[in-house]
Amino acid sequence: MTRPGRTERKTRAPRPKHARTLSTMDKLTVVLMVVVPALIVTGLVWVPAISTVVLSFTDWNGIGNISDMNFIGGQNYVDVTSNYPPFGPAMEHNLIWLVVFFFGPTLLGIFLAVLLDREIRGSRIYQSIFFLPVVLSLALIGFVWQLIYSRDQGLLNAVFGGQTDWFGDPDINLWAVLVAAGWRHTGYIMLLYLAGLKAVDPALREAAAVDGATEVRTFFQVIWPVMRPVNIVVLVITVIESLRAFDIVWVINKGRNGLELISTLVTQNVIGEASRVGFGSALATIMIAISTVFIVIYLIQVMREQR
Amino acid sequence: MTAAVQETPVRTPVRRPQRRRPARVVLTVFLTVMAVGWVFPVAWAFYNSLRDYDFTSTHGYFSFGGFTLDNYVDAWTRGNFGQTFYNSMVITVPSVVITLLLASSAAYVLARYTFKFNLALLALFTAANLLPQQALLVPLFRMFLNIEVPFWFSDSGSLYDTYYAVIAVNIAFQTGFCTFVLSNYMKTIPKEMTEAALVDGAGVFRQFWQVVLPLCRPALAALATLQITWVYNDFFWAVAFMRTGDKFPVTSSLQNLRGQFFTDYNLLSAGSVIVAIPTLVIFFLLQRHLRAGLTLGATKG
Repeated sequence: MTRPGRTERKTRAPRPKHARTLSTMDKLTVVLMVVVPALIVTGLVWVPAISTVVLSFTDWNGIGNISDMNFIGGQNYVDVTSNYPPFGPAMEHNLIWLVVFFFGPTLLGIFLAVLLDREIRGSRIYQSIFFLPVVLSLALIGFVWQLIYSRDQGLLNAVFGGQTDWFGDPDINLWAVLVAAGWRHTGYIMLLYLAGLKAVDPALREAAAVDGATEVRTFFQVIWPVMRPVNIVVLVITVIESLRAFDIVWVINKGRNGLELISTLVTQNVIGEASRVGFGSALATIMIAISTVFIVIYLIQVMREQR
Repeated sequence: MTAAVQETPVRTPVRRPQRRRPARVVLTVFLTVMAVGWVFPVAWAFYNSLRDYDFTSTHGYFSFGGFTLDNYVDAWTRGNFGQTFYNSMVITVPSVVITLLLASSAAYVLARYTFKFNLALLALFTAANLLPQQALLVPLFRMFLNIEVPFWFSDSGSLYDTYYAVIAVNIAFQTGFCTFVLSNYMKTIPKEMTEAALVDGAGVFRQFWQVVLPLCRPALAALATLQITWVYNDFFWAVAFMRTGDKFPVTSSLQNLRGQFFTDYNLLSAGSVIVAIPTLVIFFLLQRHLRAGLTLGATKG
């Protein structure tokens, strides 16, 4: 964006600083305008997140008074890791989710963006088509893909004549889910990357072409380094989305039988009858710990751009 | 990377047209195959939603014919869509409106005035949207269950199982992201615009409401479109904070259509199409805004 006012301002007579001209009423307005939203975000996001971490060191079962709870150190974490069979598979599934998302949909999305960034006839139409699943919720995607995966009425078995229950068989359902979820993630990454590529200075590409670089070389040695901020955003989004994955497995079977994820374990332990608050909090704290690393990476990137 | 890229030796700009041809063909074929594969799941659901169950069960799904609209009528009543659409609207509209109001006012202050804590506040807002929802679940669930409210306010006597709980959490979760996007946008608006208003004697709030906010219309449109899609699509907060069946948003209607032992997939297809309609309308009519909203947040617009 251009700022036409910028150059003009320098020629004008100096004016008192903005903040100094504020009346008491205005000062109050300014404070309220930022404090109210900040309090809401703090109260409903940050305080709960920190409370989760605190609760994970207690034995509170959610029923008694909060004053009845005892701090029991890392006992919940010992229980989670050594005494809770679904934990191992859930960690493994989340990790598989991340690795598959990264090497599948994320790279495919980047690749499609690079292809569609060139002058291709109908590029907008291709973009729209790959973007389509992004507007659907993951829960809905779970239902839509049942028409393809169902054992008795699904398309896959009708075409290939098998008897596989794609969403039900614990050996393969995670992979079937990943195809469906990746269908959405690819379009999302393509969109983000394409926006980044559009912002790259065309002169860079022209200079590389004049120097005789191939398109592949131009991409890896000229475009890729310039795209560093977008690359980081894409990496963070892929990790966070893999960690957050929930809706699609919840509508399929509530995250059981081969589809255990940390997110579904937390939910199972907290809502419904089995309210194991401390234990569920320990599981949630593991999610917080992992996501914090990537949130910090993201913030460093974003705040650097703010300067 | 596939041949489409590698087979493009662009040595000198002059030779480009002839040598590019085969690569172009490969590229077009590749993209077309991918695109057809991409729309297929949606097209398949739509196709079968228009077909009679008896026809597909005798001829198989891999057939042509048996067209009817009965599935839609049936799905609408059996899925209780009238009620669940209403519920989704009651949750989505206030969530999006309040989110944008809060976010734009916070963004205005952060973009226009310089405090010591500016960057820290921006980080507080920006990071909030990146936490996994489950990280907040335990305390929020307990909190809503334990906050007592009068019965005229909620049947359950607490905030649990009310729209208020879901709306409040949606607002808190989305405000951070919108604040970040809007403050970046507002920084591109020249300060002279508000200084002129200041000279005319307008207070801070009027400068914000009558000068800056109207200039943010493109960003607000993009965010509104994006937020409507996100809040409408949200499933987790409703699962977490709702219990009564007829308060759930639309996605739960699909669960009503799925039987315990037997599922009529034509009916489920029709239901899926019904659920997708609002977001598909946005996709076809407001795609520009939606894409702007998504990319404004990720790359500095």
